[in-house]
Amino acid sequence: MKEPVMPGAVPNPLRSVLDRRLPRIAGPCVLVLFGVTGDLSRKKLLPAIYDLANRGLLPPGFGLVGFARRDWADQDFTQVAYDAVRTHARTPFREDVWRQLSEGVRFVPGEAHDDAAFDALVRTVRELDESRGTGGNYAFYLSLPPKLFPTVLTQLKRSGLAESSGDSWRRVVIEKPFGHDLASAQELNALVDDVFPPHSVFRIDHYLGKETVQNLLALRFSNTLFEPIWNRSYIDHVQITMAEDIGVGGRAGYYDGIGAARDVIQNHLLQLLALVAMEEPLSFTADAIRAEKVKALSAVQLPDDLATGTARGQYTAGWQGGAWVPGYLEEEGIPPNSTTETYAAMRLGVNTRRWAGVPFYLRTGKRLGRRVTEVALVFHRTANQVFDHVATANQGANSLVIRIQPDEGVTLRFGSKVPGTAMEVRDVSMDFSYGASFTETSPEAYERLILDVLIGDPPLFPHQEEVELSWRILDPVEEFWAKNGRPEPYPAGSWGPPSGHELLARDNRTWRRP
Amino acid sequence: MTLYLPRTTTAQITEALATERRSVGGGAMNLVLTLVIVTDEAGHYDAVQAATEAGREHPSRVIALILRDPGLEPALDAEIRRPGTFGPGETVLLRLYGPLADHADSVVTPLLVPDTPVVAWWPEGGPVHPAADPVGQLAARRITDSHRAADPLADLVTRISHYHPGDTDLAWTRTTPWRALLASTMDQSCGWVTRAEVVAEDHLPSADLLAAWLSQRLEVPVERRVSSGPGITETVLVTEDGPITISRKDGRVATLQRPNRPLQTVALSRRHLSEYLAEELRHLDADEMYAATAKFLAERLARAEVSA
Repeated sequence: MKEPVMPGAVPNPLRSVLDRRLPRIAGPCVLVLFGVTGDLSRKKLLPAIYDLANRGLLPPGFGLVGFARRDWADQDFTQVAYDAVRTHARTPFREDVWRQLSEGVRFVPGEAHDDAAFDALVRTVRELDESRGTGGNYAFYLSLPPKLFPTVLTQLKRSGLAESSGDSWRRVVIEKPFGHDLASAQELNALVDDVFPPHSVFRIDHYLGKETVQNLLALRFSNTLFEPIWNRSYIDHVQITMAEDIGVGGRAGYYDGIGAARDVIQNHLLQLLALVAMEEPLSFTADAIRAEKVKALSAVQLPDDLATGTARGQYTAGWQGGAWVPGYLEEEGIPPNSTTETYAAMRLGVNTRRWAGVPFYLRTGKRLGRRVTEVALVFHRTANQVFDHVATANQGANSLVIRIQPDEGVTLRFGSKVPGTAMEVRDVSMDFSYGASFTETSPEAYERLILDVLIGDPPLFPHQEEVELSWRILDPVEEFWAKNGRPEPYPAGSWGPPSGHELLARDNRTWRRP
Repeated sequence: MTLYLPRTTTAQITEALATERRSVGGGAMNLVLTLVIVTDEAGHYDAVQAATEAGREHPSRVIALILRDPGLEPALDAEIRRPGTFGPGETVLLRLYGPLADHADSVVTPLLVPDTPVVAWWPEGGPVHPAADPVGQLAARRITDSHRAADPLADLVTRISHYHPGDTDLAWTRTTPWRALLASTMDQSCGWVTRAEVVAEDHLPSADLLAAWLSQRLEVPVERRVSSGPGITETVLVTEDGPITISRKDGRVATLQRPNRPLQTVALSRRHLSEYLAEELRHLDADEMYAATAKFLAERLARAEVSA
C-alpha cells in the first residue's frame, strides 16, 4: 500500500519513475523577456518557446511578456513573435498551438530606467495571473547588454517584481558575458545576488544545452570502454577547438575590447575542458556535477611562460570560402588601431593524478577555415615493436574526436592494414553521427535550457564559482597580452597565425585539421 | 531509389542492402533499431509511411512483411528503398506468398541489423499472444493496436492476459498527452481527489486504460462514461476543493477548469500514427506502467462480469 500523499501533491501520485512516457511540464508561469528586439530573441528564444509549446511542455497557464524600447502594442509584438516562429521554429507550425500561446503574449514598451514602464510591467504580469492563471510565478530573461543589468535589476527590486510570496517563485536568466574579468564578474554577481537568491539565478551557456555536450557525460560515464583509457597513461594531449568562419559582423560594438579569449575560452572552452577533465560525479545532480567541475577548474594551470604558452591573432582581409572578406581592422565600428584578438590559443595543464603532464590545447577564432567545435583526445603512439617505421609511416596517433557542432558525433581514428601483399598501416575512422535527420527533431539547446529554467532544474547552468574560477585562469593571460604588443595578423580563411601553430610545434605536436 | 527483387532470397537481399549502404558511404552504423512491420497489402502503405516518419527520430531499418495469399506456392518478393531517399534508414518491403507467411521469422532473421534492438509492430491489431508469435519472439518490443480489432476492449483484455515484458499497445500510447496534462495539473497543490470521470466515445480502450490508470494511481473510483467523441472528450478529477475538468470537444483544443482559477485553454491535438510510433520507439525496455494499468483494467472488468 503506498502512502496517501495526495494533498499538496508532493510527490505527485500520478507520476512514477516507472512511467517514463510522461514528460516534465513546466508549472504555470510568466516568462518576461527583456530585449525582445534582439537577434537572439528572434532567432532562438521565441522559436524555442513555440517549440516547447508545440511539444506540449508548457503549461496551459503560460504568459510571455516582451519588454523593449519600442512603441508597440501587444499585437505588434505578437506579429514579431509569429514571424520569428514561422521562420525559425524547428517543429511544424500548428495554428492551435500558436493561438493558445499567443493569447498569453503581452508587450510592455519602455526604457530600463523608466519607473512607469516597470509599474506597467507589474500590472501586466498581475493581469496575466488573473486572466491566464499563471500563479504568480515569474522568470525574467535578461537578453540585454550587460551595461543595462544594474538598471533592470534595480527596477525589478524597486517595483517589487523580484519579491515572491507564498510558494510562488522568481527566477532570473542571464546570458554571457558574465563580466569581463574576475572583479567585474564578482561585481555583477553581487548585483544579482542582492536581488535574487543564488538558486534563482540561471546563467545560460547555451553550449551546455547541446545534446553533444550532454553526450560527453554519457560517453564517459555510461561506458566501460573509454573511462579506463581516459588518463595520462593513454592520452598524449587534448585539443579543444571552437572555430568560426564568420567575422565580427554586427557584434563589433560588443566584441572590440573583449576579444576571442573572453568571448569563448572563458566560458565555452573552459566548460568543455572541465567536462572532459573532471572525475565521475557521485550522482547526476547539479551539486554533484558542479563539485567535480569546480575541482577540475581549480586544478587548471597556466603555462610558466605566457609568451610561448599562449598565442593570439587578428584576421586580415583575405579570401574565405570563395569570397573576399575585410580584415578585422576594416570592419565597421572597429577602431583602426584595435588590439583586440580574434584568435586565441593556449596550453593549459590540469594538475591532477589523472592528467598531470597532459597538455590541454585550447583554440578559438573568427574567420578560420570552417565553422567547427570539437574536442579531440589524442593518444600516445605505440612503441611499434612489431611493425617497422616504413609500415606505419602513414599512421598518425589514435584519436577520439567528439564533434560538438556541426555534424554532431564521435569519431575514433586508428590504424588499419592497407589491403595488399605488403604490411602497411594507415589511419581509418570509426564514426558515430547523430545524423542530419536524427537531430532534426532533437530539442535545440535553448529549448532545453528554457524548460529547465521554468521547471527549476539547474544541472546545465554554470555556477558563479565556475565563472570566477574561469576568470582566475584567464585574467593573467589577458594582463600579459595587454602589456605585450599587438596580436599577430592571420589571413581570413586560414587556421590562425603562425604563433598558434608554433604553440604545438614547440612540443612536437600539430593541431588537427578539424 | 527503389530496387525490385522479384522471387528472391534473403541472401540476395542482404547483398543488395550492403551494396546500397556502401554506395552512400559506410555500413549500417547509424541505425539504432530494426522495425519489423507485420501487415497486409491494404495496410502497408500507411504503416510504412508512419515508420519512415518516425525514422527521422529513430534511424531504423524498416522491414515490412506483407503477407499474401497463403494458398500460393511459397515465394518471396522484395522491394528495397534506398537509405536516404525516404529517411535516414532503409526500407525493405517483403511480400510473402504461400506457407512462407507462417515462417516469416526465417525471412527476417538474416535481415536484422546486428546488435541493435528489434521492434515488431502489427498495425492491424496483432496476435493474441505477441511474445509467442514467431516474429514477436525475435523482438524486444512488441507493439500491437487494439483499436483496430473488431471488439477493441476485449482484444486488449485478452492480450494482456498473455502479457510478456516488452509488450505494448498503441491504445496506451494514445493516452500519453492526457496523462501528461493530468499529471501536470497535480504537480500543483490541489485538494484530495475523491473520485474521477473519463468521458470518451464507445469502444475506445484508450479511455478505459486512462480510467484504470487514474483509479489505480489515485486509489479512487473512476467512472467511464460514453460520449460521441471524437476520442476522449473529458476527464474530471473531483477534489475536496471542487472539480478539475479538462474537456476537449473538437479533438484539437482542450480547456482546463480548476477551482478558483480562470478557464485555461491548451492545444491537445489528436496525434498522427507516426507520432505514436516515435513515442513507442523512444523507450525500448518493458513498460511496467502499461502492464500494471492494463492488468488492473482486466481484473476490474473480470470482477464486473462476475458480479453482473
